[in-house]
Amino acid sequence: MTKRQKRMAAVAALVLGVGLAAALGFTAFRKNMMYFQTPSDLVAGKSPVGAKVRLGGLVEKGSVQRGQGLLVQFRLADCAKVIGVRYEGILPDLFREGQGIVATGALAADGVFVADEVLAKHDENYISPDLAASLKEQGGKHSCGEFKSTTASAP
Amino acid sequence: MTPELGHFALILALIAALAQTLVPAWGLWKGNARAQAVASSAAQAQFLLMAVSFAALTWAFIQKDFSVAYVADNSHSKLPLVYRISAVWGAHEGSLLLWGLMLSGWTLAVSLFNRRLPAELSATALAVLGAVATGFLLFMLITSNPFARMYPVPLEGRDLNPLLQDPGLIIHPPMLYMGYVGFSVAFAYAIAALITGKLDAAWVRWTRPWTTAAWAFLTMGITLGSWWAYNELGWGGWWFWDPVENASFMPWLAGTALIHSLAVTEKRGLLKSWTVLLAILAFALSLLGTFLVRSGVLVSVHAFASDPARGVFILGFLAVVIGSALSLYAWRAPKLATDGELRLYSREGLLLLNNVFLVTACFGVLLGTLYPLVVDALALGKISVGPPYFNAIFFPLIAPLFVLVAVGAVTPWKKGEWRAALRRLRGPALLALAVALVLPGLALWLAPVSASFGSKLTVAVATWLALFTLGSAGLEVWQRLRSKRQHGVATAAALASVPAGAWGMTLSHLGLGLWMLGVAYVTGYGVERDVRLSPGASADLAGYEFAFEGVRESQGPNFTADTAHVQVTRAGRLVADLVPEKRFYPSQRSVMTESGVDARLHRDLYVALGEALDPQNPNGDWSLRLYYKPAIRLVWLGGVLMFFGGLIALSDRRYRLSARAAAPLPAATLAA
Repeated sequence: MTKRQKRMAAVAALVLGVGLAAALGFTAFRKNMMYFQTPSDLVAGKSPVGAKVRLGGLVEKGSVQRGQGLLVQFRLADCAKVIGVRYEGILPDLFREGQGIVATGALAADGVFVADEVLAKHDENYISPDLAASLKEQGGKHSCGEFKSTTASAP
Repeated sequence: MTPELGHFALILALIAALAQTLVPAWGLWKGNARAQAVASSAAQAQFLLMAVSFAALTWAFIQKDFSVAYVADNSHSKLPLVYRISAVWGAHEGSLLLWGLMLSGWTLAVSLFNRRLPAELSATALAVLGAVATGFLLFMLITSNPFARMYPVPLEGRDLNPLLQDPGLIIHPPMLYMGYVGFSVAFAYAIAALITGKLDAAWVRWTRPWTTAAWAFLTMGITLGSWWAYNELGWGGWWFWDPVENASFMPWLAGTALIHSLAVTEKRGLLKSWTVLLAILAFALSLLGTFLVRSGVLVSVHAFASDPARGVFILGFLAVVIGSALSLYAWRAPKLATDGELRLYSREGLLLLNNVFLVTACFGVLLGTLYPLVVDALALGKISVGPPYFNAIFFPLIAPLFVLVAVGAVTPWKKGEWRAALRRLRGPALLALAVALVLPGLALWLAPVSASFGSKLTVAVATWLALFTLGSAGLEVWQRLRSKRQHGVATAAALASVPAGAWGMTLSHLGLGLWMLGVAYVTGYGVERDVRLSPGASADLAGYEFAFEGVRESQGPNFTADTAHVQVTRAGRLVADLVPEKRFYPSQRSVMTESGVDARLHRDLYVALGEALDPQNPNGDWSLRLYYKPAIRLVWLGGVLMFFGGLIALSDRRYRLSARAAAPLPAATLAA
């Protein structure tokens, strides 16, 4: 092989590697991308039953009910709509009523959101920026008087 | 007074950094050697001033000076002394100060050890480091002054985030920053090589140990971070593909590629411009990591502040540094002539292949980390990319590297011979195969967990890869020993003749193999279970019985705790007595999970306390999370071996000798 051919071979190997990675990447991407949605989005039917999403909202006061074993049910609200959430497992340390949380899961056929992961941040006044932004979008200000302040301030 | 002294020292440090940049730059332009020599003294002055500033902040923490806003926000009168000291870098401002201190420390080291380098090269590199320091000091003074006072003075501090009150957090950030910032030295020398147009053997031998040192510290920092997250977050995992973890991992991948391409450049004089590009890339990714973590664009335990001004400043700084470095590269890199030709099947060819895989994996991680941010910035919706994406892209790209380690060990520089390599690898490959057929089954027999056929197969393949790597990593040293002995050298003398670089490489590759072994078993066979238990009840996991003995209250220095007792037995024999805790920190009104772990080399038993499910009844049920984590210690042990491998490689005599040899010959001839 001449020097030029070798260089071309090296370039071809590089292109092959990048191509392989891109193919892997985009397949994996399409499978694992999750959209962030609010209770209003879900109630409005923006997410089909069974599609995995991240749902952010505030836990409605007085809505947490424990069931058999580790089953827990609560209602999650933004300022306009409310949706029921079912979760089986251990809630995070900072899960409290009135607090902003993010749940990962999918809408079930009965209209309840079934979560397989619930996240709350390590500061009781803290709300994830995603959630704060979605609350602010509702006409510039929210009317969630019964909830805590929704101004984001990270720990 | 002390905080003002610290603030003043910080301002003086900025002036020193400016002097370190501008005076030598003028000297280089005018050919004035005395102006160039200012770089070293300015760098030393800058380090002293940064040290004074850092000491002043530490003193404010020790003295509980709550009139300093940063201290008041991150300390508490009841916080133990060791955490008051580590709280210095527990939040945004202080961690930047640590960054700056590290940078000036690396610069100091460069200014002290550079006497044997061509004066022009070292003045240029110090000026580049000074420019980076100027940017950071400006950032700190304008947007994040750690010494800002607070009126009225609060009576009590708001306490350090309880998550950070952990031994792992005392050393994780300094180690990580040592690594991050250490890549600035390779970056500065890369820029200096572009400006002076000289990239010779002396340059490479000078740059290599610095890069290896930075890489070793970064490896240790990431390992410690992983260990901390495992202990402290109560999620029982060692890696979450959290954007902040990725931010430290991307420079690591680029840095690993850089170490290997530097080896090619040193031995064969090839891949010069690629090496320079990687040095720029590794530091750019370190800066990007700082930007991602500190600007508040990411949501995580590390994202301290979401002040838009800070984000804009770092992003601007990032654009200037990367933009000017890459422009310079585009302009000057064609001048870096290559001295030889590259055969694909040779050690350098395999190292190039290693670089392709590492850099591709790095870009895969970059894509998954940045894509959600870009989509969000363009207002196309809010998305997140989960761990399955990263696993799907990362492991297929990383697996070939293990085979490359083995093949590389039996392939000489310049020109390899396929058949000879295959012949020598047959032994380790077959041995690894034999163990890989037995070990996964044995592990399941010892601790029965349910695993799908797919995960059993993956574990077997990963076991083979890991053992193949472990078996062949030693070949390099083995071959050196054998050829010495054939020439009649005694074993002890032969051992001593193996250079530290070879030992370091071997140790690091062994670490890589152990890491893979740990990853295979903890991912394939690790199990977890959430259970609801009343006191006296028990649950089974992987052949172990976890008996919940109930919870009682206890009192810590700045927290109260619910302490549980969980006795773990196996076939009626007591294995471990675990004491997980749920801690309540009143000063921040926050709750922390302190897990109970029984660690062995072959497995961890891990219990995290959930919550009281019946708050009215003190003897009611609790939720608990139980984990069985086989071989998870190997994951960190692998990282520790890589760290020590790096340190040993640093001590290689040829770096010192070559520096001396290079002194009279600025443009040293290429050594093979």
